[in-house]
Amino acid sequence: MRRTGAEIVWEMMKHEDVEVVFGIPGGAIMHTYHPRQKYGVRHVLMRHEQAAGHAADGYARVSGKVGVAMATSGPGATNLVTGIATAMIDSTPMVCITGQVPTSLIGSDAFQETDITGVTLPITKHNYLVTDVDELAGVIHEAFYVARTGRPGPVLIDLPKDVQQAETDFSPPDDGLELPGYRPKKEGDLELVQAAADLVNQAERPVILAGHGVLMSGAMDVLRAFVEKTRTPVALTLLGKGGFPESHPLALGMMGMHGEAFVNRAIQKSDLLLALGMRFDDRVTGTLETYTPHARKVHVDLDAAELNKIVPVDVPIQGDLLHVLRQLLPLVRPAEHSAWLEQIEGWRSDTAIRDVLNRPKNGRLLAPQVIDAIYGGTRGEAIVVTDVGQHQMWAAQYYPLDFPHTQVTSGGLGTMGFGLPAAIGAQVAQPDREVWAIVGDGGFQMTLHELATAVQERLPIRIGVCNNGYLGMVRQWQELFYDEHYESTHLVNPDFVKLAEAYGVRGWRVSEPGQVHEVVAEARAHNGPALVDFQVAQEGEEGNVYPMVPSGAALDEMIRRPAAAG
Amino acid sequence: MDRTLVAWVEDKPGVLNRVASLFRRRAFNIESLTVGHTEEPGVSRMTIVVDGERTDTEKVVQNLYKLVNVIRVEDVTEQPAVMRDLALIKVRASNGSRSEVMQIVETFRARVVDLAPETLTVEVTGTEDKIDGLCEMLQPFGVEEMVRTGRVAMVRGKQSGSGRS
Repeated sequence: MRRTGAEIVWEMMKHEDVEVVFGIPGGAIMHTYHPRQKYGVRHVLMRHEQAAGHAADGYARVSGKVGVAMATSGPGATNLVTGIATAMIDSTPMVCITGQVPTSLIGSDAFQETDITGVTLPITKHNYLVTDVDELAGVIHEAFYVARTGRPGPVLIDLPKDVQQAETDFSPPDDGLELPGYRPKKEGDLELVQAAADLVNQAERPVILAGHGVLMSGAMDVLRAFVEKTRTPVALTLLGKGGFPESHPLALGMMGMHGEAFVNRAIQKSDLLLALGMRFDDRVTGTLETYTPHARKVHVDLDAAELNKIVPVDVPIQGDLLHVLRQLLPLVRPAEHSAWLEQIEGWRSDTAIRDVLNRPKNGRLLAPQVIDAIYGGTRGEAIVVTDVGQHQMWAAQYYPLDFPHTQVTSGGLGTMGFGLPAAIGAQVAQPDREVWAIVGDGGFQMTLHELATAVQERLPIRIGVCNNGYLGMVRQWQELFYDEHYESTHLVNPDFVKLAEAYGVRGWRVSEPGQVHEVVAEARAHNGPALVDFQVAQEGEEGNVYPMVPSGAALDEMIRRPAAAG
Repeated sequence: MDRTLVAWVEDKPGVLNRVASLFRRRAFNIESLTVGHTEEPGVSRMTIVVDGERTDTEKVVQNLYKLVNVIRVEDVTEQPAVMRDLALIKVRASNGSRSEVMQIVETFRARVVDLAPETLTVEVTGTEDKIDGLCEMLQPFGVEEMVRTGRVAMVRGKQSGSGRS
């Protein structure tokens, strides 16, 4: 079959089972866009390429498939960079296709030329500049394989205009790949797995630290079997939420900077940590000097470079968590750990009067009440997409997850502006599920132009803006650690309801706690995209996320909510 | 102490850039890096000398493996291996000092590869220690110019290679 490079792109999208591409056309990629409809692949036209990256990311996290973003050369490609970096650090499988100036002009500073393979080299799992149309099909096939296997990540393909135009004989590549240096590992080394089992069988105070890897490897069921057999309590990282049901009696909830105090205490007092598909981010360890002084450590990760990177461990196992847990499960003995679990329950009980479970009722609208109402209304079954900041932590605290792949959040990079476009990707992946974008007023304004995309694509996303008139998390730090000097964090905001309506999105405003449930119900019932501007408490105890590990402190040296509140 | 790594990589555009970028981004300290062709078509071979005091060699190896184009990495530091550096040294040598310089060159089993009225150019191959030693001896005469290739290494005896097959 004679095909142009542009046609090969879409042939290969079909071959790789791609249903949808998020992007924006432009001079150097329009030739590729031109034949799209012939191939029946959906295109979601975004308003900014950063959003195309985040939408592909949100789509990938919810669908489990590779997300695809497309952009033109130069500024189109550089706008993708934040989306790519976000996907890289959170290990999202993504393929980005960028147009490039013709090969004859590469290196000449041509119009809209940027060396995007150079720019994205450190933030992609791999990237390609295709200079020969005969290599294009193979490169695309390889790119999808690299993106989704091993530790997943974004792969970029830069496609010069003349390569898009050139014709060649096309036949779909067979499954043989020429990747002599790329051998993702599945099973763990048997000796190490046995060593891990020995530690598990000796442990009296074990804790599992379950991360994103549980979800990425599909290890939810085997993790649960392991947990129930060994009666080991499970603490979750932010991105690990959904990997183990939070309503399970052995679930502790989120660990780390804004995890509950009893969770962090259990980690600090443990005698064995089983770190499963997580990478000891500084947001979950507190200071390393005093981190888990009594614990032996087992670390399972697909990526050998994560082992012993931050925290030295006794048993480092490289492998796919699903396979390693299957190897480990028959080697561990059933256990009860009654005394340990009782001790943890004792620590848990005081959070009813402090921290997360204690919500002051004084007539002011608090963001936790908002999340609570969304949780109640959706019975915990919505897909919750967040932006980054205080509301993100509140969503993590007040929207416990029982189902996998129902949370989408930028964990590693902490990308403000992620929420709305990622929700677009999530809703495209799951058109029949209820998707809530919970965002702050600061981050929302970084990508709110994507309201137009939601309207154009008829995506019934519900957007809850936790509007406190500040860059709230920065303000909280200023309140606690910078003498309440609110430097450059106060925001004079537009009328979000009018703004929503201008875009064709139905809008509501809520400022009283009494209105929350009713308006959430109305927004849920609305047939189309909906936005609620929740005007929440701005500062002080009601405006802060508690508890909190201040920077440089030990994991269990948390700033707690004053006990007298409420 | 420095550590010597041998890396077999696919001979594709940008691979050296990927390796160099990795070292920069992870703040790995390297002493030298050489790259060239091998007996296998399509495979290049790098010899990388890492500052073992300031950089965890194990981390370097693990991160190199994350690069899709890196086929195999071996730490040959503890293995019986031939390790060589090559240097070209242009040293001042007038009529008065020439014979003395030649004598030093002879002692180090180096070779004179160019002669000019005021200078001569020496080619020397060996371990870094030997080359350092020669440089030290030539310094008093006036070293005008010097270039070194950086270390290359090959394990003695057993057959190695990329293991690609």
